[in-house]
Amino acid sequence: MKELTPWGRLMVNRNWLAIWFMLPAAFFLLMFLAWPLILGVWLSFTDARLARPGVFIGLENYEWLLDDSVFWLSVFNTLLYTIVASIVKFAVGLYLALLLNRHMPFKAIIRSVVLIPFIVPTVLSAIAFWWIYDSQFSIISWSLKQMGLINQNINFLGDGNWARGSLIFANIWRGVPFVAITLLAGLQTVSPSLYEAATLDGASAWQRFRYVTYPLLTPIIAVVMTFSVLFTFTDFQLIWAMTRGGPANATHLMATLSYSRGILSGQLGEGAAIATSMIPFLLAAIMFSWFGLQRRKWQHGENNE
Amino acid sequence: MDKKLEMNRRSLLKGSAAAATVATVGADQLLNYATAWAQAAPWKPEAGAKINVLRWRRFVEAEDKAFMAMVDAFQKATGVSVNISNESFDDIQPKASVAANTGQGLDMVWGLYSLPHLFPEKCLDVSDVANYLGKKYGGWFPSAEAYGKSKGKWICIPVATTGGLINYRKTACEKAGFKEFPKDTAGMLELVKALKKNNTPAGMALGHASGDANTWLHWALWSHGGQLVDANDKVIINSPETAKSLEYVKALYDNFIPGTASWNDSSNNKAFVAGELYLTSNGISVYVTASRENKAIAEDMDHAYLPIGPVGKPTELHLAFPILTFSFTKFPNACKAFAAFMQEKENFNPWIEAAQGYLSHFLAAYDSNPVWTADPKRTVYRDVAKRTLTPGGLGTLGEKAAAAIADFVVVDMFANYCTGREDIKGAMAIAERQARRIYR
Repeated sequence: MKELTPWGRLMVNRNWLAIWFMLPAAFFLLMFLAWPLILGVWLSFTDARLARPGVFIGLENYEWLLDDSVFWLSVFNTLLYTIVASIVKFAVGLYLALLLNRHMPFKAIIRSVVLIPFIVPTVLSAIAFWWIYDSQFSIISWSLKQMGLINQNINFLGDGNWARGSLIFANIWRGVPFVAITLLAGLQTVSPSLYEAATLDGASAWQRFRYVTYPLLTPIIAVVMTFSVLFTFTDFQLIWAMTRGGPANATHLMATLSYSRGILSGQLGEGAAIATSMIPFLLAAIMFSWFGLQRRKWQHGENNE
Repeated sequence: MDKKLEMNRRSLLKGSAAAATVATVGADQLLNYATAWAQAAPWKPEAGAKINVLRWRRFVEAEDKAFMAMVDAFQKATGVSVNISNESFDDIQPKASVAANTGQGLDMVWGLYSLPHLFPEKCLDVSDVANYLGKKYGGWFPSAEAYGKSKGKWICIPVATTGGLINYRKTACEKAGFKEFPKDTAGMLELVKALKKNNTPAGMALGHASGDANTWLHWALWSHGGQLVDANDKVIINSPETAKSLEYVKALYDNFIPGTASWNDSSNNKAFVAGELYLTSNGISVYVTASRENKAIAEDMDHAYLPIGPVGKPTELHLAFPILTFSFTKFPNACKAFAAFMQEKENFNPWIEAAQGYLSHFLAAYDSNPVWTADPKRTVYRDVAKRTLTPGGLGTLGEKAAAAIADFVVVDMFANYCTGREDIKGAMAIAERQARRIYR
């Protein structure tokens, strides 16, 4: 038999073969997932401007951000927005899922109706909300005025705190269906026999939820909430269509600030630095659920270590 | 009865036929002119040229129609295919920036303010077009040179500017004790206070409104002697003069209709035409819309220059519309020909007439266009290009100034103080820091 060259051996060795087969896929992953990310991080270390390449300036962009009150305001806004919206979305979504899981007339229709806010393109719903919150022509202000409850329009988007609240509400409205429908899918996998057994043991409705439904639902909850947090954290369209970060930056999220600095005022390097600063937060959210999902407790319920 | 009906139908037919004839004659004339122009023009478009032009979305419908008629004539006469796309004020810049960065997609952008100065190296040198037009039409106003030139070269052709002037309701102002519109800032504050008392409030945008908020707030800053940078581009926003302008705008804001901090460029138009707003700063588009939709308001309204502040001279900033050609276009001659064609009098005169005062010229010869005198309410808008300062303020109008205006540095400073988020010192310090970052 002919002696193989080292290269020839690599070509036919079964273990190496696996690597050859994986290479194309790895190439695509690197090309389309990792490369843009690496490029973004690299940009944040340069003073690149629109239509002009930059030179490496180390951490200068980050140093500027460190004592930039607008940047820190956007970090605060992003965390507030994400935390409040995610918690409310979870609570309302779970409640809705439990309701929808019951037997009722027109079940299929009601379940699909619930999905509507999720289906409507974000920009369209944002524009609808923008009208609802309009400072002069708001339907809410108008109705309350007709009822005699207030005597001048509510300044929905013109006052910092009102604007934050209004945007969070709009985000919740959009995000609840996703949580509700996914949790509903999870609920349907819970075997009815478990409930029957619990009922025979004399468990109350709360105990059935606490000791049967909740433990079995935890893996789904972990996945849903990870996605929900990621979507909320990176939200852009809703804010951009309604306030563009105003009034006076009170609703700038990191994503909108990054766009505004990077694309609108042309400082790509700084915009990239803001976007890169989002990565640690997002990683933390992913890690949390990733390690959570590994744990048996999360997979099989509380008392099953 | 029948006869009458017949008559009606006949006269109707006759009428519409006549209207149709007028329209075709107009289009034919334009085409004849365009054909003759194409033969004589110094720029010969490349064979098979196709150009993509991005423009801001119109606020006055008739203006857009006249513009498209002109584009049509240009296409037929030169064989260049011109593809026009429209974007709202706020979306022009990101689209243009992406095209500049990737070097494809668009050949020309007709945008806002100092847009070409965001990427001067990506703009084609159009000095020949500017000189040709300047020589032929009585010269450019000084503001046009400031907007158009970078390092001695013309990087864009200023097409027109839209005035951000005071729009007010005459009866409401008379009731508030002002027979004519006040000429100084103190007078305007009195008026705004009185208007609020009479429940006929004023309001001007303090949100991220590229047109409305930038124009009037820069005026407010400059009228009190505040400046973002000095002549050497050193940041000098943190000054007693700026503090005074902040006090002034806060006093106005406290007497405005609620919600102005969330306003975009269309908010005041809607509120004014609906009769809820009695004084604002805007282009002439409110009047144009009101003339069509709410005649009573159009009758009762008028326009005025922004009042003069402590510095003692006009300090207005108006919204300029320059058109730029990207240096990477494959058809530079077709683009240059189009830019020149737009401002030839056979095109420009009917176009600015159709715009009814929304577009004010940068070329001296167009002062005589009848649109400015046919309706005296439009006359103030004739002079906006002569009166306007540029977003650079005292400093150079370059990419840094363009970045500062795009980043709403001045607007946010006023909004921060007026909405109570910051005190005067804090608002100025934030703006100073932001400006330093841009002007570093």
